[in-house]
Amino acid sequence: MAAGVAAWLPFARAAAIGWMPVANCPMPLAPADKNKRQDELIILNVSGRRFQTWRTTLERYPDTLLGSTEKEFFFNEETKEYFFDRDPEVFRCVLNFYRTGKLHYPRYECISAYDDELAFYGILPEIIGDCCYEEYKDRKRENAERLMDDNDSENNQESMPSLSFRQTMWRAFENPHTSTLALVFYYVTGFFIAVSVITNVVETVPCGTVPGSKELPCGERYSVAFFCLDTACVMIFTVEYLLRLFAAPSRYRFIRSVMSIIDVVAIMPYYIGLVMTNNEDVSGAFVTLRVFRVFRIFKFSRHSQGLRILGYTLKSCASELGFLLFSLTMAIIIFATVMFYAEKGSSASKFTSIPASFWYTIVTMTTLGYGDMVPKTIAGKIFGSICSLSGVLVIALPVPVIVSNFSRIYHQNQRADKRRAQKKARLARIRVAKTGSSNAYLHSKRNGLLNEALELMGTPEEEHMGKTTSLIESQHHHLLHCLEKTTNHEFIDEQMFEQNCMESMQNYPSTRSPSLSSHPGLTTTCCSRRSKKTTHLPNSNLPATRLRSMQELSTIHIQGSEQPSLTTSRSSLNLKADDGLRPNCKMSQITTAIISIPTPPALTPEGESRPPPASPGPNTNIPSVASNVVKVSAL
Amino acid sequence: MTMVCHRPEGLEQLEAQTNFTKRELQVLYRGFKNECPSGVVNEETFKQIYAQFFPHGDASTYAHYLFNAFDTTQTGSVKFEDFVTALSILLRGTVHEKLRWTFNLYDINKDGYINKEEMMDIVKAIYDMMGKYTYPVLKEDTPRQHVDVFFQKMDKNKDGIVTLDEFLESCQEDDNIMRSLQLFQNVM
Repeated sequence: MAAGVAAWLPFARAAAIGWMPVANCPMPLAPADKNKRQDELIILNVSGRRFQTWRTTLERYPDTLLGSTEKEFFFNEETKEYFFDRDPEVFRCVLNFYRTGKLHYPRYECISAYDDELAFYGILPEIIGDCCYEEYKDRKRENAERLMDDNDSENNQESMPSLSFRQTMWRAFENPHTSTLALVFYYVTGFFIAVSVITNVVETVPCGTVPGSKELPCGERYSVAFFCLDTACVMIFTVEYLLRLFAAPSRYRFIRSVMSIIDVVAIMPYYIGLVMTNNEDVSGAFVTLRVFRVFRIFKFSRHSQGLRILGYTLKSCASELGFLLFSLTMAIIIFATVMFYAEKGSSASKFTSIPASFWYTIVTMTTLGYGDMVPKTIAGKIFGSICSLSGVLVIALPVPVIVSNFSRIYHQNQRADKRRAQKKARLARIRVAKTGSSNAYLHSKRNGLLNEALELMGTPEEEHMGKTTSLIESQHHHLLHCLEKTTNHEFIDEQMFEQNCMESMQNYPSTRSPSLSSHPGLTTTCCSRRSKKTTHLPNSNLPATRLRSMQELSTIHIQGSEQPSLTTSRSSLNLKADDGLRPNCKMSQITTAIISIPTPPALTPEGESRPPPASPGPNTNIPSVASNVVKVSAL
Repeated sequence: MTMVCHRPEGLEQLEAQTNFTKRELQVLYRGFKNECPSGVVNEETFKQIYAQFFPHGDASTYAHYLFNAFDTTQTGSVKFEDFVTALSILLRGTVHEKLRWTFNLYDINKDGYINKEEMMDIVKAIYDMMGKYTYPVLKEDTPRQHVDVFFQKMDKNKDGIVTLDEFLESCQEDDNIMRSLQLFQNVM
């Protein structure tokens, strides 16, 4: 619960008087404020700088060092103050957290120093307020990356025998710097890609004449040599592809990745060519396939970080580029149409059709001006000049916008992702805190009454053993308990609710559900349940068996269902079993530990028990215990 | 950020008007001012505070009625004096005063009578605070049944409305209610 809100608890409790006339059952007793000290100022001396605050301010967060009795270890008897040998600057933030409920991260502070201080005072960094959370997370991430880089460069010298052969291979492929073999492989493949690309280029160069025939390109003159080179390259590429396929952790994902598609497209033409040689019909298609060999150049993107970044930015600016293309197309069509109709009149005009005018329009708008098509009529010249002027605008304007869009969108994407992740984290935190507080209530409801029982019959020394929840919490839970009593319904958590729903659907004519048709039903449900339970304890077991069944639970705290615990508060006062109960309870620590509850056999009441609470007990315990940790988070 | 800043009257005056000691007033004011630096609390803040105390369900309707009960002058904001006056009645007042305050809370339109619709609204608001996950499962007509029980008890002459006298009389007859009214004596 947030710090400031705790100050309103008296008001909320007072307002609960409004429920009293409506309620039909008596209310539970209020938690006693046994050690009611007058609020006092305490002095915190942090490395010489004195801070003062009210004791109750610090007690708002009992899970931290300053809010719990842990600070007594730092109490200096002579000066009557608490001395901490820590950084006073960070302590200012820590103390403000207690005062306002918000933890801030000062920008000038080093992230690891801040983390250390928070760890010392027992405060979770997750509760840093939203105003400073982004900055904190950024700095933390940078720091973590730096540490990781340092670790990596250290680990590079060590060998990691724990990885399997396949994993080492994959690592070698992805990071060539991990081992010399990987580096060699990296350079060899790079070399062969270069060789392959150069081969493709050179084989089209005319290579001098063979006497008696026309000039041949080198490819046809030294066809065998080129064929051997091509074969060698393709073999290397095939081997590489197969090795990568073998080493990939997820083969399906690897096959779908862009790089592997490029690999396949690069080597496919060769194999297709092998299969289809000397088939004249498809030689045209075969020639086209050879064009795909140029895709080998894209294999360089594995070797070049810059290419990858370029590809990524193009992808992310696809919409901008698309818009540019679209507006250009519109302009081209408009001007081509206009030029066609303008030049229709002139004879021997090259503007034979609108599509034919496209070429002129594009050449003019991009200010190339080849001059193979020129307008001859006056109207054509006028429109032609308009075309070239607008071409300058249409092309020159979006390009800088796109360029600036690149950087803006790139950074914005990163920031939007960050913000989305943080928003999700923030909502998750709020949700956890909310369920934490409601779980905390359900949680302590079950042991809260046991606590009361201990208080009522225990000796004063034992009282404080049960007080793991702060006074504010117990008052809050008492308030929720009063609400339950007013409405005659109890809070349960989601799992049990669903189970109850399923149960009630199965046994529809259930005797358990209070018969709401009759008025007495309402008033007697809670009271009759109580009366049922009062008879429960004496005949169910003696203190000895109860002792045993309680000892079965390692660290006790719940007894499977609250029906017995209710009885301990009321009827057990009358039982002579007190004496048996007391030494047992002395041993049992009411701690908030996770326990495994065997379904207590003796405690299943008449027929309609709630076995669900017993079995999901561990389940519901775990989230509530876990959520106890984050309960500190300020709402 | 509202520029309205309200300062309460002096400590002595408040001490005279309410049943709190100076020290208690100091503690109350510190908490109040911390949460509402402007010196007044409006309905939104009320609802938020209540939502934090009752995270299971929806506390806004009940908080609304409660706010109207606190805001005696119907200005839309509760000053510290109003706040402390109401708390004084609830925590330190006589049984008679507490019951009268509760009657005022239930009487939504402040006409001096509680009819079934008003009671239905109040009870529904209370049940809303429970939320969905209750045992036993909340049925549709549970509030109505609850209101019927209430009216049976309170409405002496069976005319469908409860007056202040009927209310006071019926509550004083019920031991449970009398006992529970003393429950929060030591809250401060």
